[in-house]
Amino acid sequence: MEKNKIRSDHPLDAMLRTDRIPHIWCPGCGIGTAFSACMVAMQASGINLDKTVMVSGIGCSGRGAGYTRLDSYHTTHGRAIPFASGMKLANPELNVVVFSGDGDLFAIGGNHFIHAARRNMDITVICVNNLIYGMTGGQAAATTPCLAKTTTTPLGNPDPPFSLPLLAFASGATYVARWTILHTRDLTKSIEEALNRRGFSFIEVLAPCPTGYGRKNKERSLDTLKIYQERTVIKNGAHPMDAVMDFGNSITLGKFVDHDRPTFSDNYDRTCRPHFA
Amino acid sequence: MKYWRVPLDSNDIAVSRGMVVIVEERCKGCGYCIAFCPRNVLELSPRYNVKGYHPPLVKKPDDCVNCHYCETICPDFAIYSLEIPGD
Ligand SMILES: Cc1ncc(C[n+]2csc(CCOP(=O)(O)OP(=O)(O)O)c2C)c(N)n1
Ligand code: SF4
Ligand code: SF4
Ligand code: SF4
Ligand SMILES: [Mg+2]
Repeated sequence: MEKNKIRSDHPLDAMLRTDRIPHIWCPGCGIGTAFSACMVAMQASGINLDKTVMVSGIGCSGRGAGYTRLDSYHTTHGRAIPFASGMKLANPELNVVVFSGDGDLFAIGGNHFIHAARRNMDITVICVNNLIYGMTGGQAAATTPCLAKTTTTPLGNPDPPFSLPLLAFASGATYVARWTILHTRDLTKSIEEALNRRGFSFIEVLAPCPTGYGRKNKERSLDTLKIYQERTVIKNGAHPMDAVMDFGNSITLGKFVDHDRPTFSDNYDRTCRPHFA
Repeated sequence: MKYWRVPLDSNDIAVSRGMVVIVEERCKGCGYCIAFCPRNVLELSPRYNVKGYHPPLVKKPDDCVNCHYCETICPDFAIYSLEIPGD
């Protein structure tokens, strides 16, 4: 693109499709920070980046795949995980990373998530949870807090949200963590750890959507980050049942689950093709 | 920093120093780097960049400790820090 003449030696430029930067995300949108943490973690992890792919679904978060210089795939809405699983099974030497939004992964794509976790599919799933369908104009999601205002819940959301760490744990994920975009170091370390382990790893990243969520709930992006600063409590090893998310009171962060069990491929090979073992 | 007692090796610990680089045209003026720099190095510039946002400016260059926090919190790849080699 001719008009894009930004010159920069930003340390992440080698990981980015710089011709597409500035990205489409709004000022103060947290997706960029989550994405940046993911890029830093990939660089630092020592994994072979030529054998690393990023898969996204649809949504503002789903645009992530389009900004990395890695091989990446922008799939249909909700289908990042089945697409990623297919890639992993067809080419087991790949490191497969899903980067997508809460609506994409837990509303339309919820079934794919629980079954990939149940089977301990060897992929890493990073969910930018901004509590809303950002891209389509701020509709209530499966993660929207109770009583929050959205375009589809003008009187406040009557329903309780999913607890994503608990859902992931109950479904069988073998690595589960929750951070916010303010916790850049913990988040990056967590992604790095997930990239270097086998099995289904899930990391929830709380992030502001000032446009779709903040405006309706009178919360500017800096206010959201202040909440992350003042009301989060890090409890590594806490049971996912105890990982609360009450924005008026307390939000539990940390690594909640990290244990090994056979992956989908281990189980499949052992059971269905023992002669290959 | 005030110590309750001066650590024995306080003369040997080199505080790293950094130089902040701002890629002004990428900045969207969210203010995260300014609000969360642990050393208060940055402030909002009164100037506008090409997109009409106020980028940060380096108010206290000598106070930067090269912690990279601004770099990691920035959603727009618009700021980073480099180590100034010690002598
Ligand atoms: C099959 C299908 N249904 C609905 C849509 C409309 N749609 C696009 S993005 C989106 C929700 C995205 O929410 P989320 O994953 O949380 O992403 P965010 O924009 O918040 O990052 C929806 C419902 C679509 N593109 N395709
Ligand atoms: S609408 Fe929300 S999620 Fe989408 S780019 Fe803007 S702030 Fe981010
Ligand atoms: S590197 Fe650290 S100290 Fe220096 S400006 Fe950035 S946040 Fe502030
Ligand atoms: S964090 Fe980045 S986008 Fe936000 S004000 Fe600082 S340099 Fe600009
Ligand atoms: Mg969302």
